[in-house]
Amino acid sequence: MADEDVVLLDFWPSPFGMRVRIALAEKEIKYEYKEEDLRNKSDLLLKMNPIHKKIPVLIHNGKPVCESLVQVQYIDEIWPHKSPLLPTDPYQRAIARFWGDFVDKKIYDLGRKIWSTKGEEQEAAKKEFIECLKLLEGELGNKAYFGGENLGYVDVVLVPFYSWFYAYEKCGNFSIETECPKLIAWAKRCMEKDSVSKSLPDQDKIYDYVLHLKKVFGIE
Amino acid sequence: MSKAKLVILDCWVSPFCMRVKIALNEKGLEYEAQAEDLFGGKSELLLSSNPIYKKVPVFLHDGKPLCESIIIVNYIDETWSSPPLLPPCSYGRAQARFWADFIDKKVFDACGNIWRSKGEVPVEAKKEFIEILKQLEEALGDKDYFIGTTFGFVDIILIPLTSWFFAVEKIGGFTVEAECPKFSNWMKRCLQRESVAKVVPPPEKVYESVLMFRKMQGID
Repeated sequence: MADEDVVLLDFWPSPFGMRVRIALAEKEIKYEYKEEDLRNKSDLLLKMNPIHKKIPVLIHNGKPVCESLVQVQYIDEIWPHKSPLLPTDPYQRAIARFWGDFVDKKIYDLGRKIWSTKGEEQEAAKKEFIECLKLLEGELGNKAYFGGENLGYVDVVLVPFYSWFYAYEKCGNFSIETECPKLIAWAKRCMEKDSVSKSLPDQDKIYDYVLHLKKVFGIE
Repeated sequence: MSKAKLVILDCWVSPFCMRVKIALNEKGLEYEAQAEDLFGGKSELLLSSNPIYKKVPVFLHDGKPLCESIIIVNYIDETWSSPPLLPPCSYGRAQARFWADFIDKKVFDACGNIWRSKGEVPVEAKKEFIEILKQLEEALGDKDYFIGTTFGFVDIILIPLTSWFFAVEKIGGFTVEAECPKFSNWMKRCLQRESVAKVVPPPEKVYESVLMFRKMQGID
């Protein structure tokens, strides 16, 4: 493969950024990682993502691709020969996209409610969060990964949230493993892969970050 | 169960269902649209085919269900390749997916902030709606259609939502043509296509439905 210029504008605790890190690692693509300070966004970020002004931004040969699900699909198409993430069959691809979209619609917002609210609102978020994880467990079934025998699109989209589970558990005072043992087993299996373990920060670091956010936003 | 090979569980006023029907028309495919009564009682088929969201559209190909309109349109494009709805190159496809995602995240909700408002429509709501259209205008530029010279994926995702704009204009007290003339021209261009004209209902009919929804929701 010819020399590719790949840059990732990212923020270390972002599960969306982690998706792109994992996808690039699976494809064994070398890239330049640029950490953004979200309180002081770089000119490059604002120029490359003028619409949303958010990370992650993938810059490939100078051209930006934004939105993590779009980025993961782009990476899969540009470098198809190693670790294909989406299946080849159109129906299976649609199913994978459906579950990726489900994760995107639900997990981040519910997780955020768990660490940032209390009382009834937090309990409702915890309940719905577990329900969503159980639905995902159902989709996983007896497979090693959502992608079958190897990491696939849904694995890449979902597993970054595993780095946030400890923070959710501490803030929400519950155990995700007790409720969803199969999903935790799946996450640990993913973490055995370098592409995942090197892309996710330690759960302790994420918890410290959440405590910092709670202080900044004045949340108990 | 219908004997038809391609079935859409449908609601005539749903812009999300319109997307699927336009895509099928573009591909020259025969299909059966089964009207769902979303307020009177959803069919068993709908509830069993879309247990997660229980929403239309659901697309059934030889009885196999798919949900979420953007995913369905993608599937239709991948399964029946002619004419292509997405551009041939990966970067072009990433741009198309980005704009489809932007449209999905922003447009319908911005419409809702106007048509759902009680009494005076907030200035902020109108401002936000126009700003979103201006961002889309900028993405369109001088092109006839969003990604290039041919009607395609992004046009299909967006044009159905514009069937609700007349209602938004009436309730909001402004016109899209005055605020965003380029966008308005693009709308007219798309509505001339047979695949679109057969599917998109007259704006006055949608407006009647919106007034009915307002009554149902206790706004009027």
